[in-house]
Amino acid sequence: MSNAARFVKSLFLFELWQGLGVTLRHFLFVRKVTLQYPEEKAPISPRFRGLHALRRYPNGEERCIACKLCEVVCPALAITIESEQRADGTRRTTRYDIDLTKCIFCGFCEESCPVDSIVETHIYEYHGEQRGDLYMTKDKLLAVGDKYEAEIAAARGHDARYR
Amino acid sequence: MSDLLNIEINGRPLQVKPGTMVIEAADDAGIVIPRFCYHRKLSIAANCRMCLVEVEKAPKAVPACATPVTEGMKVFTKSSKAIEGQKSVMEFLLINHPLDCPICDQGGECELQDLAMGFGKDVSRYHENKRVVREKNLGALIATDMTRCIHCTRCVRFGREIAGIMELGASGRGEHMEIETYMENAVGSELSGNVIDLCPVGALTSKPYRYSGRPWENNSISAISPHDCVGSNLAVEVRRNRVMRVLPYENESINEVWLADRDRFSYTALYAEDRLQQPMIKQGETWRTVDWETALSYAVEGLQRVKTANGAEQLGALVSPTATLEELYLIQKLLRGLGSNNIDHRLRQQDFSDQEIAPAYPHLGQAIADVENLQAALLIGSYTRKDQPLLAHRLRKAAKRGAKISAVNSIDYDFNLRLAQNRVVHPYVMPTELAAIAKALAQQTKQTVPSALQGFIEKAQVDAAHQQIATDLREATSSSLFIGSQVMTQPNLALIRALANVIATLSNSTLGYLPEGGNATGAWLAGAIPHRGPGATAISGAGKTAAQMVQDGLRGLLLWQIEPEFDCADPAKAMQQIGAADFVVAASSYITDTMRSYADVLLPITPYTETPGTFVNIEGRWQSFSASVKPMGEARPGWKVLRVLGNFFKQIGFNYLSSEEVRGELDTLTVNVAADTRSDIQQSPAELVRPDLVRIGHVPMYAVDAMTRRAPPLQHTADAVTAMVAINAATATRLGLQGKSRVNVKQNGQSVSLPIYIEAAVPDNCAFIPVAVPGCEALGQSYGAVELQGE
Repeated sequence: MSNAARFVKSLFLFELWQGLGVTLRHFLFVRKVTLQYPEEKAPISPRFRGLHALRRYPNGEERCIACKLCEVVCPALAITIESEQRADGTRRTTRYDIDLTKCIFCGFCEESCPVDSIVETHIYEYHGEQRGDLYMTKDKLLAVGDKYEAEIAAARGHDARYR
Repeated sequence: MSDLLNIEINGRPLQVKPGTMVIEAADDAGIVIPRFCYHRKLSIAANCRMCLVEVEKAPKAVPACATPVTEGMKVFTKSSKAIEGQKSVMEFLLINHPLDCPICDQGGECELQDLAMGFGKDVSRYHENKRVVREKNLGALIATDMTRCIHCTRCVRFGREIAGIMELGASGRGEHMEIETYMENAVGSELSGNVIDLCPVGALTSKPYRYSGRPWENNSISAISPHDCVGSNLAVEVRRNRVMRVLPYENESINEVWLADRDRFSYTALYAEDRLQQPMIKQGETWRTVDWETALSYAVEGLQRVKTANGAEQLGALVSPTATLEELYLIQKLLRGLGSNNIDHRLRQQDFSDQEIAPAYPHLGQAIADVENLQAALLIGSYTRKDQPLLAHRLRKAAKRGAKISAVNSIDYDFNLRLAQNRVVHPYVMPTELAAIAKALAQQTKQTVPSALQGFIEKAQVDAAHQQIATDLREATSSSLFIGSQVMTQPNLALIRALANVIATLSNSTLGYLPEGGNATGAWLAGAIPHRGPGATAISGAGKTAAQMVQDGLRGLLLWQIEPEFDCADPAKAMQQIGAADFVVAASSYITDTMRSYADVLLPITPYTETPGTFVNIEGRWQSFSASVKPMGEARPGWKVLRVLGNFFKQIGFNYLSSEEVRGELDTLTVNVAADTRSDIQQSPAELVRPDLVRIGHVPMYAVDAMTRRAPPLQHTADAVTAMVAINAATATRLGLQGKSRVNVKQNGQSVSLPIYIEAAVPDNCAFIPVAVPGCEALGQSYGAVELQGE
């Protein structure tokens, strides 16, 4: 490019107008991708890894058998389990805690579970107002499971054929 | 080197002894061969076929565990033929093995799981129904899931070869083969817990530990067992500052790879309801929980008051022989610093007349590992099988090699070895029995016996059995006498010991002591005895023995880890005298109602898992260990409590910074102590007058100390004896008690009602009434006169 052409281009701010042209095109002609959260929500994969839940069998029996694989696989050491022999002779947890402030949502717990008991749900809108609120105990996890069992089951069903 | 064979495993040239199996040669060379049924401590069964290896010129793969090496043998453990064989065996094993690893307690430490990772297929080709086997009830210690059994028969061989009682057996063949007991709930061996370790799968697991943890979560910390004088090495498995279970820690010279049930399951008492976790003081009639400083100054004040009012000789300490060496040393240092020699750990002993001539400390006279090489042995008042199970295992090994083991006992104990001669005599006749053996020996060797005992020995009637025992002991190149825990509590102990000395001298045998408690040897070394200081040094003015303290009563007492109603020779008298004392400081891991009634201060001290310490076993081996977990609640390690007590009393030399320092100090004091077991008899100990009916107060194996008494699984086994009376049929007829179900037992003016059983194992004119069990606290001396009256 000659020096004269460069002079004219810089004098009339050619590149500035070119850039504003992109802005104008997106402003007028391109479809918007911004979501108006919380009124609008992005679609999520059935493999989404959100809030944890403990599931039950349809007959109401908790699935967890206290094998402790999730506890040992957890890279953030967020899971604490204590177990015993329940009165009916089965192996059950007496304590199943997940510290969500430690959890890195890697999904290993879900992968390691032989009975699909601990799952990461599609729920990501949760918060705690105090430190202890994000410490999920067995009761809280079972409650999450009970509440969203239909969605959890649907998501697992969706993903089943790829496994 | 000509007697070694040259073989080659995987191309590695090795030299091995003839008769070695290929698997042993490979193990020694660090070459891994998979196996299930093979165990180096058990006989070879070769029934799992997992160890198939290829041998050059052999047409088929051969089991490495049952193939002896030959000159020039070339073995391939990783060749395609070997691997193919191993994989096929694994496929067969997995046909009937359930896929329940997630709920199986063996998961993570399962030999089948590990090997299936290496040799198993990821998908099974077996689509038929799997086998299901009915559960077996093996008692309170072992949980079963027999569907998981792969029929390696390690447990069966263990029962036959190690425990000495055939409890588990295989019935049926092929797919219908099942491991079971002959009777329900019939596993009663004192070593039964070892089958849990032996089982390569999850068929036999620990019942108290069931479903409570995973092996990868536990930290393993080595410790020493406090329950018997063998000093078994333990691996205490800890998770999040809680003891989860106890496993054996391999030590070939002590416990090999085994562990007695008492050592394995006593940890269940650590978290008993009645653990004492706070220092407490009694003000008026109410107990108040206080901090350590208040409790210790209250204790110091109280003991000082007693000392000022009555003199230091009114202070005394009764200590448990399960206390650590450091604790025992510091207690005696504290007490002797206060001017009193009244300290004793021999709580159940009654006869102290020969303590001045006793050796420096009770010793086995040989290494524990050497016991299995004995050619003859005489057990005197010892139920070795229950009292020191792992020493009994060595004796059993000796017996299996042909050793002639005889016993003189006051109950016909159920030994798991073939006794050459079994003499069951009235406890008061035991000296006469030994005198007869001594007389036979003197006749055979044409030697003289010590003049002090000559008269007594001459009187004895020698029969063929005595002659035989004498011959066995004399002719064996290595022979030993064992003075057992049961005889240590007899009132004629001095005479028995004197005669045992004579027999040992005449037959050129070793003399060994088997005292109660894990640290009795340490207690003697540390000076927790009234007549000698630490390192068996002479002291001026011997203090009162445990029995004298109980008989005379003292004004100020320190009780260390004991429950006098169970641990003292005369519980009724002990409770009465301790109750009458002005000031009692009880340091204990547990709190009981009786403690609340007699004590003025309760100091929570830790059991062996929560304190560093040292136990000295009967070989004189000092075994130190560190604390496995932090102390529970406000409890503190005993040595620390004593150190601070020493400071509070303003005694010098109590500024230890660690328990190692305490040990080091005692170590320098004991360097010159010789491990002698003989004593020089100067005068004949007195003979006892036989009462009409004598109590045989034997301590049941699961009642030996406060911890075992609180272990629920042990208390639910067949060895947990409850309060009762057992007499033989002749005695029952003589006393008119035939057909009675309960009797009134009278001793020292006390009376209790107990169930009565007819038992042929008890000699005439004796009544077996256990000590240290609830229901017998009100009774008196364990070998004293008793009266029985039918109800």
